Amino acid sequence: MSVLVYTESEQGTIKKSAFEAASYAKAVANQMGTTVTAVTINANNTSELGTYGVDKILNVSNSDLDKFNANTYASILTQAAKNEESQVVIISSSADSKYIAPILAIGLDAGYASNVVEAPSSTSPFTVKRTAFTNKAFNMTTINTDVKVVGVSKNAFGLVEASGNASVEDFAPSIPSSGVTVQSVDKATDKVTIADAEIVVSGGRGLKGPENWGMIEELADVLGAATACSKPVSDLGWRPHSEHVGQTGKPVASNLYIAIGISGAIQHLAGINSSKVKVVINTDPEAPFFKAADYGVVGDAFEVVPTLIEKLKAFKAQNA
Amino acid sequence: MKILVCISHVPDTTSKINFTDGDTKFDTNGVQFVINPNDEFGLTRAMWFKEKQGANVTVVNVGGPETEPTLRKALAIGADAAIRVNTEAKDGFQVAKELANVVSDGGYDLVIAGRESIDYNGGMVPGMLAALTNSNFVTNCINLEIDGTNATAMREIDGGKETVSTSLPLVIGGQKGLVEESDLRIPNMRGIMMARQKPLSVVEPVNAPAETASVKFEKPAPKGAVTLVEPDNIDKLIDLLHNEAKAI
Ligand SMILES: Cc1cc2nc3c(=O)[nH]c(=O)nc-3n(C[C@H](O)[C@H](O)[C@H](O)COP(=O)(O)OP(=O)(O)OC[C@H]3O[C@@H](n4cnc5c(N)ncnc54)[C@H](O)[C@@H]3O)c2cc1C
Ligand SMILES: Nc1ncnc2c1ncn2[C@@H]1O[C@H](COP(=O)(O)O)[C@@H](O)[C@H]1O
Repeated sequence: MSVLVYTESEQGTIKKSAFEAASYAKAVANQMGTTVTAVTINANNTSELGTYGVDKILNVSNSDLDKFNANTYASILTQAAKNEESQVVIISSSADSKYIAPILAIGLDAGYASNVVEAPSSTSPFTVKRTAFTNKAFNMTTINTDVKVVGVSKNAFGLVEASGNASVEDFAPSIPSSGVTVQSVDKATDKVTIADAEIVVSGGRGLKGPENWGMIEELADVLGAATACSKPVSDLGWRPHSEHVGQTGKPVASNLYIAIGISGAIQHLAGINSSKVKVVINTDPEAPFFKAADYGVVGDAFEVVPTLIEKLKAFKAQNA
Repeated sequence: MKILVCISHVPDTTSKINFTDGDTKFDTNGVQFVINPNDEFGLTRAMWFKEKQGANVTVVNVGGPETEPTLRKALAIGADAAIRVNTEAKDGFQVAKELANVVSDGGYDLVIAGRESIDYNGGMVPGMLAALTNSNFVTNCINLEIDGTNATAMREIDGGKETVSTSLPLVIGGQKGLVEESDLRIPNMRGIMMARQKPLSVVEPVNAPAETASVKFEKPAPKGAVTLVEPDNIDKLIDLLHNEAKAI
């Protein structure tokens, strides 16, 4: 009966998006008058989960699972959901969780709604609000199957603390073999990723060339932010494709998005619109980004950004 | 190798999004429809397999007759045949069920779909299709090589990429990176002429029931006006971000 939530960890540490998924699961459980069970896979420390409303943890620990595998992980969650007789399974919007969700939905004969931004408006029928048309609209969707899989958008529901302690049980599901084997992982561990970042600093064609990205990286560094770019910047090869954000690139749902020398084309805005606070720095007061932003500076990035870096350093030093 | 490329027919990225019928339907008035950008990358990669490895490429869409121009465009780009499953699916599960039927009928080795469609952004069809057809599955796919029945794929992960080895039958969710932007093809006159001769078969649906239903659409609340800060007053910006927006 309990609401099941997959609380994803990365190198043993539970991710912030997992706490958000747990908070969401708690809200659903409250509406349905039931409890929350979390599944962790090779997490080192699960104690914080209780703080976000988890009542019970099914802790899987198995060195065969050190490398992520969507099929295997989906199977583990399927087994957990069946054991718990869960009617609702909550999952986050990380790349791995989004990979698992549709496989899990088929495994559970469950209807699946992705990119959900609010607690259900009703649990019978089970109705959720999700983004559609790449953040240009919302869609109210009902899930009509007995078991439901809900994918929660990043930074939409937020973290909600609840007082409580979670009990921990070891869970040893059967581990099916998979036809997909990871050969190698290439990941910069010292950099904040766009997916996890609270702040994203993004540069556009207004920066003129790749040689000018030093100040973007420095600004990101001061803020503990990830760096991103507009599509033409990655198409021109100034920055890697992995930094391209927008409708056809990565979605950004950070707390703060700072756009520097980016005009604010509709395809760019669609991908970053779910960021909470948007700042634009652009020489052209007519740039469409000013209509989408919360704060704006009409000015030359080559003057504004160095000043911003310097002032932020002073601010950080003062507030440290 | 038989390749099936799943094409979703979506509003052009510049489209204004509006709704009709009491906000229950997408307003297609004046909207240009295109091949979903993620599928265009997949189709282009399929052309590479066709030209370099002799693959046969079929494109498929689950949708009404209005999607045929989009399928013809894919034929003009170079696909060999097209299939339209004649139904307006209500959710991703229904689409996946219809596609699973096409896959098992046609005996495809490789199914190339997109990471997500830019209209519904479900990100569900390829994974469901893989699970329904017992195929291997790699999503957010940014590179794919096939050698016999073995495949090597690269997947974008949060903060990096991962190389995986797998085998056919395989379903991928493709995206930019699968081919370069500059490799995308615009149909030429000859392609368009040839497309007219190529088979576009319409098949009837298996009519699996939908699992979810769209109740209503909403547009985001209009945003307040931007607060402008003078370029010589950056302290003010920091103050606003800290005290008002609580973002730093
Ligand atoms: C199918 C399709 C999909 C697309 N998907 C995406 C997507 O996912 N993401 C995306 O970003 N784009 C996407 N685009 C492209 C989009 O339409 C725009 O072309 C692109 O976002 C523009 O990038 P930009 O703002 O960096 O460049 P530009 O539009 O060239 O803007 C540069 C800006 O910099 C300003 N500027 C110049 N000098 C300075 C200076 N010294 N200081 C400060 N500002 C300065 C200018 O005033 C201008 O506003 C897509 C397009 C299509 C057709
Ligand atoms: N109606 C459809 N017909 C054919 N393929 C589709 C359809 N809908 C989705 N797809 C495929 O599934 C991918 C992901 O779509 P979605 O799950 O809707 O985000 C798309 O990029 C297409 O490749």
